[in-house]
Amino acid sequence: MPAPDSSDATVYTETIVHSPPEQYAADAPYQLAIVDTDDGARLTVRILGKEPHERAHIGDRLSFVEERDGVSYYRKSALPSPAEEFSETPRPLV
Amino acid sequence: MRPVAIIGIGKTAFGAFPDRDLRSLAVEAVGHALTDANLPAASVEAFYLGNFAGPSFVGQNHLAPYIGTAAGFTGIPCTRFEDACASSGSAFFHAWQSVAAGVYDIVVAAGVEKMTSQSTPRVTEILAGAGDMSGEGRAGATFPALFAMIARRHMHQYGTTREHLAAVAVKNHSNGAKNPLAHMRKVVTLDQALAGKPIAEPLTVYDCSLISDGAAAVVIVPAYRAPRYTSRSVRVCSVAQTSDYVALDSKKDITCFPAVQSAGQKAYQAAAVSPKEIQLAELHDCFTIAEIVASEDLGFVPKGQGGPWAAAGCSALNGSLPINTSGGLKSKGHPVGATGVGQICDVVMQLRGDAGERQVARHQVGLAQNLGGSGATCVVTILKAA
Repeated sequence: MPAPDSSDATVYTETIVHSPPEQYAADAPYQLAIVDTDDGARLTVRILGKEPHERAHIGDRLSFVEERDGVSYYRKSALPSPAEEFSETPRPLV
Repeated sequence: MRPVAIIGIGKTAFGAFPDRDLRSLAVEAVGHALTDANLPAASVEAFYLGNFAGPSFVGQNHLAPYIGTAAGFTGIPCTRFEDACASSGSAFFHAWQSVAAGVYDIVVAAGVEKMTSQSTPRVTEILAGAGDMSGEGRAGATFPALFAMIARRHMHQYGTTREHLAAVAVKNHSNGAKNPLAHMRKVVTLDQALAGKPIAEPLTVYDCSLISDGAAAVVIVPAYRAPRYTSRSVRVCSVAQTSDYVALDSKKDITCFPAVQSAGQKAYQAAAVSPKEIQLAELHDCFTIAEIVASEDLGFVPKGQGGPWAAAGCSALNGSLPINTSGGLKSKGHPVGATGVGQICDVVMQLRGDAGERQVARHQVGLAQNLGGSGATCVVTILKAA
């Protein structure tokens, strides 16, 4: 088993699993990825989030969230917060 | 090492057979192979059986003597080989070694799997056990997921497209529709393949091989003895088995399989054959991307070109190098433990000119490639018409 690694990471490859094994049926669909951590490890991890903007692609940066039952969970980095999204909306010139 | 020949082949149909048990399938295939070789069961000196997960799928262990005694073998060594989806490729490799080394003169290598009595989620979980259950398996990696991640990376590095993957499925279904022993004898269109239900993105149900029941067997002897039994023997030019890490994330570059590359190189070298001389091949298309990667790893096409090559029709029945004329694992079916020996039977049929509607024009030299897991075991066999 790879040593728990709490550093951030970059997506090497990823998939969204729609047809899970029996034990993970409740989680599907879920995003799985092989990542290269900033500490130099390559790991198979879960990426949290079900919304389209939370989906990570090859090359995207990930933030470490937690390690549970030997599995590392990450989240896509630098997701725009609702406030930021609002602030980027063009304002009418008045 | 002595030259070895295949003097008999036997296969069951691949499919879903609720009224058949694992043993009866294996016994049927062995029986067909012995009949084809004109030999009684009592003449067989050793039995090499490939099976991936009989204990998990049907709750039966100690499979080789369980099947061997039912097939009519008495008192001989009967041994099961397990190397995931390359289990019977591995059984064939060890059977070939024993005859080539002069240990035995008449040996049967077979493979069997009975999968369809379990639900799809349970089958998915059992198959996942061919990966590293302490890492990728625990994170929720299924085999479709592992090959989906290979596909994503191949797309990223080489520009492979969904259309390239779908072209492999369309081709293999077109071939399988002509194979009376295939599981899904159904032609599919490119549009259907592209619109399939997602299994692990970017793979759809049309990118995945089938959950099947089935068995296959061959009889091998030293080549000099083959004419005693048949005029239709096929020469085993070389067999190479290699291995690599089980976990996909242990590999530096997941768009190629070092075990396939080295098994290919060893088999080409031992047979004194180059990739250009191969006239037909059965490649391990557990997923469409796996056929594309194998065509690159075996030197049929430069790295990264496997997708466009397949989509251009080069590997079709009438192409420059027909691949998976049987329909492949995609359409013929993938009873995992039976697949390796099944591929060898399919190549032998082509070399003998017995492939019916699927018969290719040039059929003197053929290759079979059997893959275990996400590239941890590979067996490559090169055969020539006698």
